[in-house]
Amino acid sequence: MTLRRTTLHATHEAAGARMVDFAGWSMPVHYGSQIDEHHAVRRQAGMFDVSHMTVVDVDGPGARDYLRHLLANDVDKLKAPGRALYSCMLNQEGGVLDDLITYRRADGYRVVVNAATRDKDLAWMRDVASRLTGTAPVEIRERDDLDMIAVQGPAARDLCLPLLPESLRESARALTPFTATEDGDWFVARTGYTGEDGFEVILPVTATPGFWQALAAAGVRPIGLGARDTLRLEAGMNLYGTDMDEQISPLESGLGWTVAWAPADRDFIGRQALERQQSDGVQQCLVGLVLEGRGVLRGHMSITAGEAGQGETTSGSFSPTLGVSIALARIPAAAGERVTVEIRGKQVPAKVVKPPFVRHGKALVDL
Amino acid sequence: MSNVPAELRYAASHEWVRKEADGTLTIGISDHAQELLGDLVFVETPEVGAHLDAGGACAVVESVKAASDVYAPVAGDVVAVNEQLADSPELVNGDAYGEGWIFRIKPTDAAAVEALMDADAYAAHLEAES
Repeated sequence: MTLRRTTLHATHEAAGARMVDFAGWSMPVHYGSQIDEHHAVRRQAGMFDVSHMTVVDVDGPGARDYLRHLLANDVDKLKAPGRALYSCMLNQEGGVLDDLITYRRADGYRVVVNAATRDKDLAWMRDVASRLTGTAPVEIRERDDLDMIAVQGPAARDLCLPLLPESLRESARALTPFTATEDGDWFVARTGYTGEDGFEVILPVTATPGFWQALAAAGVRPIGLGARDTLRLEAGMNLYGTDMDEQISPLESGLGWTVAWAPADRDFIGRQALERQQSDGVQQCLVGLVLEGRGVLRGHMSITAGEAGQGETTSGSFSPTLGVSIALARIPAAAGERVTVEIRGKQVPAKVVKPPFVRHGKALVDL
Repeated sequence: MSNVPAELRYAASHEWVRKEADGTLTIGISDHAQELLGDLVFVETPEVGAHLDAGGACAVVESVKAASDVYAPVAGDVVAVNEQLADSPELVNGDAYGEGWIFRIKPTDAAAVEALMDADAYAAHLEAES
């Protein structure tokens, strides 16, 4: 199968990137040293080509009612254009089909979904729209004419602002976290996937190479998917397909806060299943682990939580910021603060913590 | 192209072997192997005194990305391990053939090392793998 390429593919190769297959896309995993890239984002600024992610505009007079049915979080929380909302999209059984961000726009909404789930998501979204009855029309449009670049780190906004179209600089400077501004096909949001401040910039594919080069010239380092993964893990952010999937509900994934139960009459897909799970009692939860013994936590390592039972790590790595190994793990809700993880046949002690591990460059867990 | 020093012997699983004057063998992973793994964050060395079978997994190198076994290129007894790697696994990235050595063995059969690949054969092996 031929891998899909982003607009910046040749730029990554010229910069010495090691390219890997990520969800059918040829993407940079690092440009030399993943750990150096990780630190660059925590300490200064880095940029990520995330153009493989899928931008979908949801418009039409029925868009609001449609999204209130489609998503477990409630887009009515978006009181004004420019606000952003993180949500899960569930199946009828309450399993997570994907996690996504929805932005409210002057007219309609924009959602950004994962690359790995693109086809499934679009098919599901169109199917749900087609089965709506008695509501106004909804238009679902994939925006493959747009790219996406995330600029993240304590210096990211300052370095990025002068490089935005002049018409957006003032409004982008004024953005509070989880809000966005746009002009024409340029869209700037103060969101991200690293636990640092910064922007996610959606822009026309024709503008992408120039914007990337200008950021590089301003001292923003290119960052691969490898560091993106350790940054998001330290920030305690779930990765779809790894930390949760269609078999698992948001209540078992540390994402109960994203489920909008009120108003009680909002009929979102998966609501009945979640209510059932809630009343039966949620048996397992997603937590953070800090490894206390030697080794490196990875996904799918088995966990013993004393008499509470067994669990499993969902994603794990070495934390460059903390200098120890950390993981997200699904364990019995009754588990205590101490567990052991099986690493190559040995039981290694680990401490249960509440993610995030790191936010804005600072450790949030006691080591 | 990765660095393949002419004076060393190599295993297909990307370990290098250096014959020391005292008859022991120093073993590490090749420049190619460290480059594939990326930044190392943890190295588990064998125990001094342990007997290793040829081809047996005896150490682990872990990068931010993945864990990878290190195999004993020939049989022997472990006489030393690189203690520095406990705190500085990145030595393997920076100097795979020098400060990044992993362990040293006294081979059961001193001639066994001759069956390993020389630098030309290993370079050809890398070429074939890519």
